[in-house]
Amino acid sequence: MLYINCPHCGMRSQNEFSYGGDASVKRPELNKEVSDQEWDNFVYNRKSLRGKHLELWQHISGCRQWIKVERDTATHEIFRTFKADEEVA
Amino acid sequence: MTQAFRIENEGLINRDKKLSFKFNGKTYFGYEGDTLASALLANGVHLVGRSFKYHRPRGFFGAGVDEPYAVVQLYRNGETEPNIKATEQELFEGLEAKSVNCWPSVNFDIGAINNFLKIFLPAGFYYKTFMWPKSFWYRIYEPFIRKAAGLGVASTKHDNERYEHKYEYCDLLIAGSGPSGLAGAYAAAKNGAKVILAEDKPRFGGSLLTSDVNIGNQSGKDWADSIVAELKTMPNVVVKNRSQIFGYYDHNMLVMSEKVSDHLPSTKKYHPNKRLWYIRAKEVLISSGSIERPIVFGNNDTPGVMLSSAAKEYLKVYGVLVGRKPLVFTNNDSGYETAIEFKKHGVDPVVLDSRKNPESEIIDEAKNLGINIKNSYVVVAAQGYKKVKSADIASISEDKKQLGKIENIQCDCICVSGFWTPTIHLASQSGNKTKFKEEIDAFVPGQSKQNEITLGAANGVFSLEETLKTSFTAGSKLSKKITENDNEIAIPNVVEKKSSQHDKFWCVPLPKGKNYKRFLDFQNDVAVSDVEIALREGYRSIEHVKRYTTLGMATDQGKTSNLNGLQLVSEIENKVVPAVGHTTFRPPYTPISIGAIVGREVGKHSKPTRKSPMHSWHEKNNAVFVDAGVWLRPRYYKRGNENLFEGSKREAKNVRTNVGVCDVTTLGKIDIKGPDAAELLNRVYTNAWLKLPVSKARYGVMLREDGIVMDDGTTTRISENHYHMTTTTAQAANVLSHLEYYLQLVWPELNVNVVSTTEQWAGAAIAGPKSRDLLQKLFPNSDVSNEGLPFMGYMEGDLFGVKARIFRISFSGELAYEVNVESDYGNFMWEKIMEVGEEFKIQPYGTEALSTLRIEMGHVAGSELDGRTIPYDNALEGLVSKKKDFIGKRSLQRSAFTAEDRQRIVGVVPLDKQTSIPEGSHLVKDDKASLPNPKLGHISASCWSVEYDNPFSLAILKDGKNMIGQKLFAMSPLKNKVIPVEIVSSHYVDPKGERVRS
Repeated sequence: MLYINCPHCGMRSQNEFSYGGDASVKRPELNKEVSDQEWDNFVYNRKSLRGKHLELWQHISGCRQWIKVERDTATHEIFRTFKADEEVA
Repeated sequence: MTQAFRIENEGLINRDKKLSFKFNGKTYFGYEGDTLASALLANGVHLVGRSFKYHRPRGFFGAGVDEPYAVVQLYRNGETEPNIKATEQELFEGLEAKSVNCWPSVNFDIGAINNFLKIFLPAGFYYKTFMWPKSFWYRIYEPFIRKAAGLGVASTKHDNERYEHKYEYCDLLIAGSGPSGLAGAYAAAKNGAKVILAEDKPRFGGSLLTSDVNIGNQSGKDWADSIVAELKTMPNVVVKNRSQIFGYYDHNMLVMSEKVSDHLPSTKKYHPNKRLWYIRAKEVLISSGSIERPIVFGNNDTPGVMLSSAAKEYLKVYGVLVGRKPLVFTNNDSGYETAIEFKKHGVDPVVLDSRKNPESEIIDEAKNLGINIKNSYVVVAAQGYKKVKSADIASISEDKKQLGKIENIQCDCICVSGFWTPTIHLASQSGNKTKFKEEIDAFVPGQSKQNEITLGAANGVFSLEETLKTSFTAGSKLSKKITENDNEIAIPNVVEKKSSQHDKFWCVPLPKGKNYKRFLDFQNDVAVSDVEIALREGYRSIEHVKRYTTLGMATDQGKTSNLNGLQLVSEIENKVVPAVGHTTFRPPYTPISIGAIVGREVGKHSKPTRKSPMHSWHEKNNAVFVDAGVWLRPRYYKRGNENLFEGSKREAKNVRTNVGVCDVTTLGKIDIKGPDAAELLNRVYTNAWLKLPVSKARYGVMLREDGIVMDDGTTTRISENHYHMTTTTAQAANVLSHLEYYLQLVWPELNVNVVSTTEQWAGAAIAGPKSRDLLQKLFPNSDVSNEGLPFMGYMEGDLFGVKARIFRISFSGELAYEVNVESDYGNFMWEKIMEVGEEFKIQPYGTEALSTLRIEMGHVAGSELDGRTIPYDNALEGLVSKKKDFIGKRSLQRSAFTAEDRQRIVGVVPLDKQTSIPEGSHLVKDDKASLPNPKLGHISASCWSVEYDNPFSLAILKDGKNMIGQKLFAMSPLKNKVIPVEIVSSHYVDPKGERVRS
């Protein structure tokens, strides 16, 4: 079971969180013309990386904040965590 | 029965407490502190089971967790548990156990005929033989295999024992209380670290219980006792026996199974049977020791052949002689230690050592005691069927290929030592890359991946002095990192006898003309010849060899067999062992009760049960409840002998004619506040929200980004910047997460807060033509007329002194209202509604009537919004704004979603107006068409229309728009029904929606 450092609450076990997918996906702006390909990329197409992956988790049984977690998908190592509005350098 | 093999003045058992127990129906006696195995051996019982495949007689091979043979069915306090290792099960008064895998008895087992058929049962036999003809599988092969294979029998009864889960955090977790674990725990505890020390056996001390050593001028065992006693007094230390750490998971989480009650005749009141600990440790010290490995020789599975360390443990811990004429067969000094113990207790052993000229202090001691030692000698085969009677022995050449003349010597047990295998399971599970250590012919942990360190015998270090030194140091260092204390520990001086190098020898060659079975894996009957076959047939990967031969599988997971298997493969393949590699070590290290894994989350506790504030009223009024997600909701209120159909029909009819009240507390409620609340709603829902006036409600549909309907519900503007959203019961949590996602990540610029208020409000839906009259009486000071409170209007009211929210919304399609009060007043509200409603013939109605009402109105619910439909499919396209953008809008342009013959909701009526259509039935054009009959749609919801008094269903039908009036068939192969039906509008009752506005 992963041990995730919630930037708001501190170290918490994985069972307090729910997974939210790839954090690098950006929703196209509202009212903007979007091609089929762009939209498909946003809704469906994911890289399914092996290795370092920036992903979203929500601390549903805690502060309910969505956070970003940089995790290795192969080893489960977590490198860093970020608040939702924090820029990932 | 006398305990003929029990000796005086030895062992750690409590001779003041005699216990009686039954094995295979016969009564024996043992002592408190015995295991079932030691007590049986004290009574001279060696035959305890039959082997898995050949049904050969089986005795005891080990004395603990590594035991491959002595697996029994245990009976305790009216319950039975299979696959218990007799070597681990502590004796208690009245214990009962039976052998497994034998019929009709362990002494006469019909399956033993397999032993004579063994040429027909080689590796891969099951795969090769039971494949064809296919028709034989269910009738002949499977029942045969099931009867012949398998070990114990699982109980079919409900398990009345209780199992607990516990979460714990510590600085240092220590797996194993041998010298390494004790030293590490002591040093870390002295530095103030929070320490958990776990020992799987009842007694602490590990190898110190049986080895002849001194630490700090006391015996090893006394030293261990004093350390444990001191640790137990320290508030920062948890010391646990009977606790097996069986799994090492990500981020330094380990799981431990504590046997709280298995050693007692019955579980104490309020105690669990087992407790599962989830332990998050900052550092882990693995001091799990090592397991002696066998040497492979002919008939090495005969009862009476056992590990030399086990023989020593039975003697030193339990005061039991495993034989009076022992033969010790060894390739290292450990066998001598066992021989010395025998000799000290008046028994004359013979030692066969495969080495030519070994020299060490231990061997000198054996020689001085006058023990008969034969160098360059091996056991070729054990003789005897149900018990060792003698051994064929021979000298062996230095290259270990040639045997000398075979002699037969009398013996009643063969104690075998093929050196030691470090227990590296936990380290390997943690992700540690193991490495092969040539000097000890075994794998040891290599580079750590997590915060774990393996020390002592588990790390391939067999010197006590070095083990203590490294473990004290590690305990100090690891704890210092955390507590920043640095209390120096004086490392006690150690007196131990030095060992000589072991012999790299693990398998005795077959003598010419002999075809003895030489077993590698004792539990699964895998012999040397089986592995040879597997390799001959082309299996190369050790993982494949394992599965084909079953080597290292079963309940002992090859604790005694793995390395010898690898040696054999490496020898045949002409590779070094590390090139062959080992199979993956997966948790659990030992079998764990399913009950312990499940914990208390069984039956009603498997999920939380949520009840509305009006629950007790429903109970008192004969409600029959139904699970709605985690909620319990009244399905109908039973009157007399009514069944569900009759009751729900009565309730629905009363709503259509008079007035009914339904508990709608379970609906999800989200409070939305902030200047940008309207903008959020406008982006989340498909319809327009910017112009909704205060005190008005609106129905909305929200999509996922892929265009599929996520949820629906009404949202009411309470005040300028304050909205009250309702969701379906099932989607409440998901919708909240959905809103939080967009507010926190996508549109953080929106100034809005959302919070769940599902449990803050109790809700009652009042529906029916007389609902307004009732409402007026409930709120005499409010104007609830059609003008004062129009359809989709909202107002606050005073319900006999309680502040209430009144929404004019309708799910039933009737003139209807929803009244919300704070939860604590829910029951008060309900009782007032019932009391005042009496004159209007009010009846409460449950979810079944609610469904009936919404189905015949064509209102969609979860069975239509099933994660596969878009707004058009539910006839909700009118709510999809063409002007503004919203979540999921772009996806609605996908060609499949805009297809001319897109599926759409319709109504379905059976032609005979009698036969109810099972939900899930398929709609087809031709009921006689050959299979697979093309499916045009499916029935999503069915009811008995109270308006028309005939069955009515909703369906999602391909090209539903153009199908009205068509005749189709509803087919339900599950219910064996074919029903001719007509497709009608989904709005079966009041298609213009006049009632809700009346």
